[in-house]
Amino acid sequence: MDRKSTFETEAEERVRKSKALVSAITVRFAGDSGDGIQLAGDQFADTTAVMGNDFATLPDFPAEIRAPVGTLPGVSSFQIQFSDSIIFSPGDLADVLIAMNPAALKVNLAQVKKKGLIVVNGSVFNEPNLKKAGWKTNPLEDATLRDFQILNVPLSALTQTALKDQPLKLSEVERCKNFFALGMVFWLYSRSRDHTVEWIKKKFAKRPEIVNANLRALEAGYNYADMTEVMPVQYEVKQAALEPGTYRKITGNEATAIGFITGARLANKTMFYGSYPITPASNILHDLARHKNYNVKTFQAEDEIAACGAAIGASFGGELGVTATSGPGLCLKAESVNLAVMAELPLVVIDVQRAGPSTGMPTKTEQADLLQVMFGRNGESPIAVVAPKTPSDCFQMALEAVRIALKYMTPVVFLSEGNIANAAEPWKLPELDRLPKIEVNHPSAGKGPFLPYARHPETLARPWEVPGTRGLEHRIGGLAKADLTGNVSYDPENNQRMVEFRARKIARIANDIPEATIDGPESGRLLILGWGGTYGVIYEAVRNLKREGITVSHVHLNYLNPFPKNLEKILGQFEHVLIPELNMGQLLFLIRARYPKVNASGLNKVQGQPFQTKEIEEKIKSIW
Amino acid sequence: MVGPADSVTKLPHPRQDFISDQQVRWCPGCGDYAILATMQRTLAKFSIPKEKYVFISGIGCSSRFPYYMNTYGFHTIHGRAPTIATGLRCVNPDLSIWVVTGDGDGLSIGGNHLIHCMRRNVNINILLVNNRIYGLTKGQYSPTSTMGKVTKSTPEGSIDYPINALCIAIASEATFIARTLDNVPSHMAYVLERAAQHKGVSFVEIYQNCIIFNDKEFDPVTGRDSRDERMVYLEHGKPLIFGKKKDKAIRIKRLRPKVFNLADLGPNEELLVHNEQDPEPNHAYLLTQMEYPDLPVPFGVFRDIERPTYDGMMDQQVRDAIKKKGKGDLKELIYGRETWTVQ
Repeated sequence: MDRKSTFETEAEERVRKSKALVSAITVRFAGDSGDGIQLAGDQFADTTAVMGNDFATLPDFPAEIRAPVGTLPGVSSFQIQFSDSIIFSPGDLADVLIAMNPAALKVNLAQVKKKGLIVVNGSVFNEPNLKKAGWKTNPLEDATLRDFQILNVPLSALTQTALKDQPLKLSEVERCKNFFALGMVFWLYSRSRDHTVEWIKKKFAKRPEIVNANLRALEAGYNYADMTEVMPVQYEVKQAALEPGTYRKITGNEATAIGFITGARLANKTMFYGSYPITPASNILHDLARHKNYNVKTFQAEDEIAACGAAIGASFGGELGVTATSGPGLCLKAESVNLAVMAELPLVVIDVQRAGPSTGMPTKTEQADLLQVMFGRNGESPIAVVAPKTPSDCFQMALEAVRIALKYMTPVVFLSEGNIANAAEPWKLPELDRLPKIEVNHPSAGKGPFLPYARHPETLARPWEVPGTRGLEHRIGGLAKADLTGNVSYDPENNQRMVEFRARKIARIANDIPEATIDGPESGRLLILGWGGTYGVIYEAVRNLKREGITVSHVHLNYLNPFPKNLEKILGQFEHVLIPELNMGQLLFLIRARYPKVNASGLNKVQGQPFQTKEIEEKIKSIW
Repeated sequence: MVGPADSVTKLPHPRQDFISDQQVRWCPGCGDYAILATMQRTLAKFSIPKEKYVFISGIGCSSRFPYYMNTYGFHTIHGRAPTIATGLRCVNPDLSIWVVTGDGDGLSIGGNHLIHCMRRNVNINILLVNNRIYGLTKGQYSPTSTMGKVTKSTPEGSIDYPINALCIAIASEATFIARTLDNVPSHMAYVLERAAQHKGVSFVEIYQNCIIFNDKEFDPVTGRDSRDERMVYLEHGKPLIFGKKKDKAIRIKRLRPKVFNLADLGPNEELLVHNEQDPEPNHAYLLTQMEYPDLPVPFGVFRDIERPTYDGMMDQQVRDAIKKKGKGDLKELIYGRETWTVQ
């Protein structure tokens, strides 16, 4: 294992075992999508959280709900890195892989470190399963796995033995094997079982026989690792030195839902959420639908267009309209978003990006919608764009999206990613009384005629008048608007003026957002410029290289339109700017267009998978 | 004929209150003028103040409607008005919301939204101004154009089988369904009033003459010389009687409506009697199948039933959740079920 700092042995009564203290571990669970892999991974992450490590997760599952059992497309995996120091990435290659069947081994073998430990469920390495997974020979019996430590454990058979007196069907027994495996991994990494025990009791409270079976499988797995000689070494990862405070485990989509509910509350608004189910944004809708008592109204629309239209209707009605989708859905919403641009109404559009184009790879991650949200509408149509950089950062950026939309009367795109949406990390909870109120003023009738397009001198935002207010009756719409009155206008000068107003309004947001900060020296040979979910791997790559004596700087953008005011100045201080993105160079395109003197190049990946730290490190070394 | 339900002599508001300062820009002789004037007169009869009205439209000639009403208005995008109206209604129960759409806007590009808005029973009023032609794009056939219709885009005649707007409404289980026409203002006023009073979605088809691209399309039915024999006004609880001398009735034979001379019928023979409150859609559906030239075309209220509104139920679920769980507490939300502390 990596970064082994101390090594201690202690005599055991039953089997002689040793205990090793390590700094960081990456574990990967893999199996059929029906094997409860995500569940086992979540339980491991929960326990890791409670035990005080820092961690980051990478769930990776197929779009098929239940692909044929034992086949390659049906493989689901869950990776977690946990550490005694601050980390933001789920780790590159795994120290340990738990492969529940031959297909899981085949799909995940490339994700394991050389000399790493692979626990395989030997019970199912039979002829038909090997064939389904495309193994010509049994990898447990030839040289395929010679670079790894293989632990062949008949998980299915051992689970059956452990549960032989339980009143369960064989298929139900088989489903408990994920807890047997989890029990083994708990022992291996000196994890407490308490959290999972409590969870099982609560989760299956209505079926005591399932509670018993799962508890027994968990216990049996733990004891198997403890009592037999299969695992000679037990590892321990000390608590991380996280900042003092109260923490919870959070995924990006959870933080998004919580963030928008909080934003609506801070603005004293009903939150209206129009959405059409789409991976990987759907569970934001599920989360919000359970929080109606926070004055949240969720509307599952007939399509993406209606979802966006209804959100605009809610904004027109003086409340907070939010709509959410992923790439293909964003294409459908473009026309509606443009209506909100023209009518100058607040609107938040959540885009949880996934691998495209078209339907692409729905459950896989990518960052390739940036240029679409910047330019994918007819006419001159600038809108604000923000992007969270980690799962917990979704909370803060949701508040920002609400604040900007309401203050500037504009659509704001909240550009999340599949990888952020489903990944989990510890979140240091904010102090509630420090969250700033979001001020909203709705006009009432004054002396003169009401001018719906009279602008605020500083923000250039128009007033947000609410239907039902006496004396402010007026008409808005998608046709070109006359300055001040908002009446339909085909006047050439007026149109130029209004287009420029809308552009300046978005540009002025730069006065109202934090300046970019630099991690590392303020000038030098190389700056790494990232945005969104690449934060964790860039952070770790820069830190690792520093240990090797290579010092580069890192700027990470949360605000993509407008850019922070000081960005140009920062970029000008470096000989070279490297922009790693999970696309073919979209931020690079924007940076080159805006700041042509900057010497920028890209590191691009479109495989549906996040960067690995070493990919960033190698690229930096190659241009260093 | 059914007269307007109006017996009020002094209106709560002068009609002028509802006329905006924008110049009306429909073609001279367009049927939309009559619809606009009737709407303004109708709203003047209610005691609701004008700031409580919102007109929302899509794209097309009739979708310019909001600009001419001195109320709140939103001229949105093609076919999407029902979606915006739904969102508005869901956050504001106090407004009177009217969607004005056309046969292209509502039944072609916006067909999906129209269906779903009606099935949900969102408490809004939808006026579908049907002239069986695309006017604003200068004369292509529409989804309600008749087969064989020769237009700019169908020089050899349309091969699109037309859609029946009221059938769509019935299939979507709209709770209020009516048809009226632009050249009998008193009937239109009556139908608009009824639509306004209905709680739930109100769907009104208005036969409207496009004087430029489809002039006299409805004349065989609604023209002065033909209307007595080819229109039948629906009155709740009364048989469908029509004809200049009120001498014709409808009977159902083998599940199909047939015209009979009253004089030929014995005293015990059953006439088709209108029941707008029938909870089943069959009766209203059958009426939508009465089409020119085989049968007189029905006008009036086809259906007026009660069902909980979508927006009302949405409000109720929020109220129930607050009652059950208490008003959401931010700390509880943010902290979640499980936290740990780092010292």
